[in-house]
Amino acid sequence: MDATPTPTPTSTPTSTPALRMRHVTVRRGDVEILRDIDLELGERRFLAIIGPNGAGKSTMVKVLLGLVAPDRGEATVFGRAAGSDPVRVGYVPQLKTFDRSFPATALELVVSGIRRAWPGRVRRHEHDAACEALERVGAERLTDRPLARLSGGELQRAYLARALVRRPDLVILDEPATGVDFLAEHDLNRLLEGYQRDADATVVMVTHDLAAARHHASDVLVLNRVVIGFGPPERALSGDCLERAYGHVGHGHGLVVP
Amino acid sequence: MIAELSGMLDYAFMQRALVGGVAIALMTGLLGVFVVQRGLAFLGDGLAHASFGGIALGALVAYGAAGSGVLSQPLWVALPFTLTAALAIAWVRDRTELSSDTAIGVFFAVSVALGVLFLSRIPPDRNVVDVWHLLFGSILAVGPGDLTIIVVTSALVTGLLAAAWGRLAYATFDAELAASDGVPVRALDYALFAVAAVAVVVSAQVVGIVLMAAYLVIPAAAARLLARTLAAMTFGAIAIGTTTTVAGLVISFFADVPSGSAIILLQAAVFLVATIVGRR
Repeated sequence: MDATPTPTPTSTPTSTPALRMRHVTVRRGDVEILRDIDLELGERRFLAIIGPNGAGKSTMVKVLLGLVAPDRGEATVFGRAAGSDPVRVGYVPQLKTFDRSFPATALELVVSGIRRAWPGRVRRHEHDAACEALERVGAERLTDRPLARLSGGELQRAYLARALVRRPDLVILDEPATGVDFLAEHDLNRLLEGYQRDADATVVMVTHDLAAARHHASDVLVLNRVVIGFGPPERALSGDCLERAYGHVGHGHGLVVP
Repeated sequence: MIAELSGMLDYAFMQRALVGGVAIALMTGLLGVFVVQRGLAFLGDGLAHASFGGIALGALVAYGAAGSGVLSQPLWVALPFTLTAALAIAWVRDRTELSSDTAIGVFFAVSVALGVLFLSRIPPDRNVVDVWHLLFGSILAVGPGDLTIIVVTSALVTGLLAAAWGRLAYATFDAELAASDGVPVRALDYALFAVAAVAVVVSAQVVGIVLMAAYLVIPAAAARLLARTLAAMTFGAIAIGTTTTVAGLVISFFADVPSGSAIILLQAAVFLVATIVGRR
């Protein structure tokens, strides 16, 4: 399969790209999860990553977070090795990773985003910052609620507040919409756009929702172990790219076709 | 009643039992929060049985060394033995797809088999280890030397866990999230197992494997049912562990029942009440 990465020119050619991958290959055993990924994304862009299940989307997120070291190639975020600057990155994980038996409130979850450790006693300024972040995502009434009692949509807001509370320059979301109803998903994309504008931030979102990718993203990466297509939505989401990524479009891949 | 209680405190063995018991309750309460939240309840038992293997090896070494130097104390052999077992369990978990319980079960069985093998090599009249005592122990039999070891270990374990609490809790909540924030998740896993091994060996040698396993699980489990934050659960576990220790010792003194049983049954009573009145 011929991978034809088409790097998006950054707004000012001299500025450091928000993220850059050079020949990134990740193997698990004999399987190549990602092969020879070349990618460059300028600051203040909104990148949607789409691709079928098992395409390596989550692995790519883990590479960007510094959780998975590439077997070959290198990944940088704001010019430094991925994972070396966690304060500048806000991460919203898939909801399924969360352990519901853990005694915690939404407030504590958000404060963990400030402290980068779990809070024992929440300090005044942390409390204020966390409440502000919860308010920003429309979840101020969740503050003292136990996480175990939150719905999928509420949890997602709490996680988003956790990611945004440190005012990151890069927000990374791994399938944030899974298990969330349409309205909440629409809210999420609107909130992300709002934050991106206010903070001049870059957003990277793994999604199954082609409509969201088309409407909200400035760039789309179509991934299936290799880069199938990369560029503005209208180009990357052409029938040809999707055909190559998914085999055939819109049948049983959990895809939401626009 | 006051006079009777102060009369109880006139006994040196009772003073040592109280101080030693509270020291053990403190470190196991703090440790128990992570043991319970990480689904490692079996770890206490596993490590305690690993310490049986270690203490048996220590007894064999002591027999070989004919009672000279530190080697006459089985603890100093049991400690590195159990520490090795704990790190091996963590390593197997890390390197394979096996669950913690499975990894612990393997080392549990091997250690008991080794322990029995080691003890069989010692003539019964030369054996310094009392297996019955190792299993059921007696908090009332804590000697002055034991007490020093318990208090020093408790101070170390409590200090280390308190210092790492925020990061350990973060990694317990969601290891991936914590790792993405630069928390050394894997190193903390190994450290937790190592600290647990030290706490378990020292406690088990003094209060017995059965009481130690109770200390590690029941107070934290009861506190979990009552608390809505991990910090509250931590303080709750310590509070339940220490108060049941003191109350259990008082009851055992006046009602003439085995102290270990009194403490465990009190903890179980608190757990039962917590189950009934707890949230959800």
